[in-house]
Amino acid sequence: MSAVDAPEMTPAAVAAAAVEPQVGGAVGIETRRVACWFGDNKVLEDVNLVMRPREVTALIGPSGCGKSTFLRTLNRMHELVPSAALAGDVLLDGVDIYRAGVPVTEVRRRIGMVFQKPNPFPAMTVAENVVSGLRLSGTKLDRQRREEVVETCLRRAGLWNEVKHRLGDPGRALSGGQQQRLCIARSLAVEPQVLLMDEPCSALDPTSTRRIEETIAELQQTITIVIVTHNMQQAQRVSQRCAFFLAAENEPGRVVETGPTERVFSEPDDPRTFDYVSGRFG
Amino acid sequence: MTALVEPPVRAVARIPEPSEERVRVRAVDPTEMFVIGGSAASALALTWLVYERLTPLSGIVGFWVCWYVAFVATVGYVSWQVHGALRARDQLARVVVWSGGVAVFVPLVLILVYVIGRGYHALRPQFFVEDQEFVGSLSTATEGGGAHAIVGTLQQVGLATFIAVPLGILSAIYLNEVRGRLARPLRMFTDAMSAVPSIVAGLFVYASWILALGNEQNGLAGALALAVLFLPTVTRTSEVVLRLVPGGLREAGLALGGTEARMVGQVVLPTARSGLATAVILGIARVIGETAPLILTIGGAFVMNANPLEGKQDALPYFVFRLVRLPAEAQIQRAWTGALVLVGLVLVLFVIARLIGGRGPDHIGRLRRWNLQRRGLA
Amino acid sequence: MTVAPITIDAEPERVEFVVERHLADRLFRAGATAAASTTFVLMGLIGGFLLFRGLDALRDAGWGFFTVSDWQPDLGGAFGIAAVLPYTIAIAVVALTIAVPVSILAALFITEYAPRPLRRALTTTIDLLAAVPSLIYGLWGLFALQPRIISLSRWLADHLGFVPIFDVAAPQPRTLSVFPSSTFIAGVVVSLMVIPICTSVMREVFSQAPVGEKEGALALGATRLGVVRTVVLPFGRGGIVGGSMLGLGRALGETIAVTLIISPAFVFDWSILQQGSNSIASLIALKFSESSEFGISALMAAGLALFVLTLGVNAVASMVVSRSRSGEATEI
Repeated sequence: MSAVDAPEMTPAAVAAAAVEPQVGGAVGIETRRVACWFGDNKVLEDVNLVMRPREVTALIGPSGCGKSTFLRTLNRMHELVPSAALAGDVLLDGVDIYRAGVPVTEVRRRIGMVFQKPNPFPAMTVAENVVSGLRLSGTKLDRQRREEVVETCLRRAGLWNEVKHRLGDPGRALSGGQQQRLCIARSLAVEPQVLLMDEPCSALDPTSTRRIEETIAELQQTITIVIVTHNMQQAQRVSQRCAFFLAAENEPGRVVETGPTERVFSEPDDPRTFDYVSGRFG
Repeated sequence: MTALVEPPVRAVARIPEPSEERVRVRAVDPTEMFVIGGSAASALALTWLVYERLTPLSGIVGFWVCWYVAFVATVGYVSWQVHGALRARDQLARVVVWSGGVAVFVPLVLILVYVIGRGYHALRPQFFVEDQEFVGSLSTATEGGGAHAIVGTLQQVGLATFIAVPLGILSAIYLNEVRGRLARPLRMFTDAMSAVPSIVAGLFVYASWILALGNEQNGLAGALALAVLFLPTVTRTSEVVLRLVPGGLREAGLALGGTEARMVGQVVLPTARSGLATAVILGIARVIGETAPLILTIGGAFVMNANPLEGKQDALPYFVFRLVRLPAEAQIQRAWTGALVLVGLVLVLFVIARLIGGRGPDHIGRLRRWNLQRRGLA
Repeated sequence: MTVAPITIDAEPERVEFVVERHLADRLFRAGATAAASTTFVLMGLIGGFLLFRGLDALRDAGWGFFTVSDWQPDLGGAFGIAAVLPYTIAIAVVALTIAVPVSILAALFITEYAPRPLRRALTTTIDLLAAVPSLIYGLWGLFALQPRIISLSRWLADHLGFVPIFDVAAPQPRTLSVFPSSTFIAGVVVSLMVIPICTSVMREVFSQAPVGEKEGALALGATRLGVVRTVVLPFGRGGIVGGSMLGLGRALGETIAVTLIISPAFVFDWSILQQGSNSIASLIALKFSESSEFGISALMAAGLALFVLTLGVNAVASMVVSRSRSGEATEI
């Protein structure tokens, strides 16, 4: 991991990079002094985070503290907002994804994203939805390979058994929870190294939520996962590390505390974190 | 069942016969219907007496105008007597608005009935296969046909569609997906262009394509004129349709590593498919009846010319327009037959557009289903 | 483990996003931009070509083009739009006088009064009415409406003759033969074509009237008329004006229906009920086939005048609709 010899690294990042050797396809993602703007409105500042390979990092914090914005900077979705601006570095496997010469489509292919509301493509069948990412990034497959991808991805998303006879149905014919897992399967088809999840369960019922959490636990074996959640219990259940975001009134959001999830929830260093995780506000 | 739920259950059970009859808030008040019906009848009687008997007036239009005035006055007076001024004004407004609403739809029925009534006498299957080559001034209306005009219309409208639809949809993509610097002025210009009178479009093609570039009057020239009228319509309606595609789908497409072009081609356009098809077909239905630009551009012909690139052509609306101004009764009859066919075409297009428009983006047709199965995706 | 906020020197600079588009995307954008540009180019070309072709005639006629009430360019005579232009406007004014109130009523009917299940069907029917070719309206007007409406014309002339526009030169008792092919009848037929256009714009705007305000008015005990007057109509003012202007543009440019109805007159007469009328569009349609090169140049000049007129009307329409509170989401 080339990030080791990058100059202004935080002690945490150095430690993380040294301790965790690279295994498999999963690579870590690291941000250095990231700040974000919408127009002249600064919404996030000085975010230094290391999201380690094969771990689930949960981003928690009250609404409007910049968690989602931060997540969107990680795969360059942030820049789709016309007035958006950014400062700092976002390193995927040590390489700044905002550097000139890095194709934005390649960044997004390697760093997948699952959105808050399930959004399967309505004009496509279940199977088409799964391989849509391949088509969108211009990969051509023969029929046999395509069928393999559909099955593998649906299995990994824990959806295969439910939809194997419904592959020809429109994507939106599935239930809400199934649609969200279909979206996960869709993201997996392009073999990303990192998967970003923006409150993936907020629109789902408890049973569907549990299924998604199981899926996350399985995916984490091979993929780096970053999840934004409002649900404290969920953060505790699925994540190994946790970053607490907070924005004071009329000020940009910052990371107040970060560390292993267990510690952040049981003995946080910062009193504000304690207040939040114990449900005093938010 | 827990004790918490029990009391209301018992409470309901205590009522001997629970009334299942729902309160119908919007039910028509019989008294008001009576007032309106009575007013209509009395106005009719009054108008007949005054209009037909007491004054030297005549004409069906005038009669109904007078009836309407009398009717509204009666309704107003009666409900003022019964309910007072406030309700009377509301009632009057209701009657006037209803009659305005009905008045708009009356011409449609009248026109359809009239066109069918005038047109069907001379409508024979051969109208669709024969042209006017052997038709003289003494021929009966059932001789010959309008095949040359139908073929001309289909070719001209087809060519116009071929030119205008890709340009229009691309322009809509520019407005809604690319959102370039020209978007605002383009929207303004598209509005302005859709106000260009159809005869001016014809004049323009005549001035540029025919006079300046030295082309002859033919089907293509007509198609160009129609395309000038078609382009702004397609642009505007497609933009509205594209705007209905949720932004989340665009984001999802980009987040999967799609390029902008592929995202639009594989996500946005397929999602908007049925809406776009409806927009295009409705546009065709508008353009197919355009007469004015064709007067200047296609030249007109009485015999079949299936080549839009060479020689004068006819078109259904032009055929009707020319024949109806001739003195011979048979020619006028033929024009009405043409008009009926034209209206039929418009209606068919309209119905097709509505059927397609009713489908959601997740509709999978038979052909697409077959194609999906072949590719292992269904 | 907590990451202490690092407090090194200056804060990192805002970076410009380096968006390196694929070749395919650049082509895609270029294609869309090119397609979008055709509209600008076409508008320029239309104006340019009409001016270029009409220049001969305009130079010959000079200001007379706007003051002469005659059309004899082929015989070397005078020609101008001094009669044709007012007739064009007169037909459009008659059409709007009928179309605007009816359209407002119809739009109110669809959005406020009609039974809910009917509303969608009514909207579709309006679309269908807009799709009926103007040729068909013209035919129906000529064959079905005209014979039945001329008696109304006579009644108006006989009883409201003191109003200048309803006056008719022929002395009483008048035969019905003075009344066909008049500005009035052409206007009525054009109004039928314009109504669906106006109605659909107005309906669109009325349907966006805020539900909260409507319910507020109802909660204060307002009648339905009260709601319409206090909420819907004020809210929809932009739509009414814009829809009317749009209809005006269409009425000014209507060719076929007018051509079928009128019998051409080249001296403007205020009495709209009397036989004889004209419009720029039908002048072009009627004179085109029998014109010399110079005559066509004169027609081009007339077409240019019509083009400019409709553009002006439409520009005002879109300005009014977009400025009004209600127009934001409305297409005209």
